[in-house]
Amino acid sequence: MKYKITYKPFGDAAILVAWDAEISVSISDDILRFRQKIIALKDSNIADVIVGYSSLTIVFKNSRIDYLSAVKNLKETYTSEYRGLKKTPIIWEIPVCYDLEFGIDLQEMAKNANLEVAEIVKLHSQKRYRVYFIGFLPGFLYLGGLQKQLFFERKANPRLNVPKGAVAIGGEQTGVYPTESAGGWNIIGKTSVNFFNINEDNPCFAKAGDFIKFVPIDKDQFLQIEKEVKDTSYQISKALDNA
Amino acid sequence: MLSVIKPGFFNSIQDKGRVGFAVIGIPVSGVMDAYASDMANSVLNNSLDAAVVELYIGSCEFQFLCATFICVSGGDFSPKLNQQAIGLNKKISISKNDILSFGKANYGARCYLAVAGGIQSEVKLNSRSFYKGITQDVFLQRGMQIAISKVTKSELVSNASIKVKALHFSSRNIKCYKGPEFEQLQAAQQKELFEKLFSISKDINRMGYRLNETIPNTLPSILTSAVLPGTVQLTPSGKLIILMRDCQVTGGYPRVLQLPEEAINCIAQKSINSQFQFILEDLKKQKTPF
Repeated sequence: MKYKITYKPFGDAAILVAWDAEISVSISDDILRFRQKIIALKDSNIADVIVGYSSLTIVFKNSRIDYLSAVKNLKETYTSEYRGLKKTPIIWEIPVCYDLEFGIDLQEMAKNANLEVAEIVKLHSQKRYRVYFIGFLPGFLYLGGLQKQLFFERKANPRLNVPKGAVAIGGEQTGVYPTESAGGWNIIGKTSVNFFNINEDNPCFAKAGDFIKFVPIDKDQFLQIEKEVKDTSYQISKALDNA
Repeated sequence: MLSVIKPGFFNSIQDKGRVGFAVIGIPVSGVMDAYASDMANSVLNNSLDAAVVELYIGSCEFQFLCATFICVSGGDFSPKLNQQAIGLNKKISISKNDILSFGKANYGARCYLAVAGGIQSEVKLNSRSFYKGITQDVFLQRGMQIAISKVTKSELVSNASIKVKALHFSSRNIKCYKGPEFEQLQAAQQKELFEKLFSISKDINRMGYRLNETIPNTLPSILTSAVLPGTVQLTPSGKLIILMRDCQVTGGYPRVLQLPEEAINCIAQKSINSQFQFILEDLKKQKTPF
């Protein structure tokens, strides 16, 4: 499939590549493929390549590069054949305790949406969510695929301290807070899985293109997993997406 | 070793940051004023990537547990060595047990302390820059022991100090380029961006500087996309935020301007309520279009 993409300068040391402004799996796949090809160039002038929903930003190490020739090179790279390994997305199963003790906004959300708390939990844990990219905080996954019934406006007054591991819904998105942080999303549960751990070789287990599936667990299971995460014996269940 | 006797507030160790980890959401970080830290490192013949101590607020005090050479650069925070005032941007010889202290800020908002060979604190993901959740410490703490190398002889013969651009601290002109969403602003809004005098609010930190003034905002938010240090975001309330070194890697507010390195360094030395104006530079007028 062909996409209409545009190139423009983003300051004097970066180029912004933009696709049509929509959240779509095929656009996201195209962006991730382009990123792979750029990374494969191992160009020492490139500092980073940042993924967005419908954009890719190529950041250069300094402002002394020529814009027009850089764009020309990028266009060639985009249309080139990708020779790297095709990565199979991983489906990560994340245990979540939707107990009201952790899902502190569940009752209010249920009331406002005319749903049972159990229905919100069922809807949320039914689908798998695609990781579009990671941003906002180290290890914060931008997940797509939330069902319409679960769209909830962000809170008018953001909380100053959303706990680490809080599973939440903000607008049309769902996500997990990797560290304690301020945040305006509606909190529906908690996971003890670390989404960011600097002491691991790979500080964030998930990558753009993977999927997350939330698996409801009760409080006892939550406490058990919390213990295993602490003594580092816990391993996240995963499956390969061969579909 | 360098021992922290009085830590001050929000002071940290910084180098040029963690480049290339946006893919897992990690900010670049690094020295807020790279011009000043480059100056300090150059005087000592260090690599420009060498880690330095970045001082922001409050009187602070250090004791050297070995001999070395230092250079203090950036804002003038009344540096004293064993109670005697010392100059900025000069190589200064340090003996074991010397006490280095900083007090009143005479000008500038950030002061840098470089040591010969660079600060040798822990490296996480290719950088020593402090950042919550990545390095063990987020700010300097009382009693902290910072690793430095013992240096008794300096390879540099000259003791001359380097001249600093005074305008770096006093200039009210902040260079910028059009940001990715600039063209979506109406002509009147664009005009206001460059005609208005803006000032730094109290809401400032290493992630971003919120400005006091507002401009009317009719732009919708964008699909979350990359932001960079120096990106100027227009928030729904019409307030502008200049993103700084610890900024997140992506954001959803329209990016109306982009500051080049030189301008980020300038902003890092501005204190609360200081006023400035955005001066639009044309990318195309440069020697190369970049």
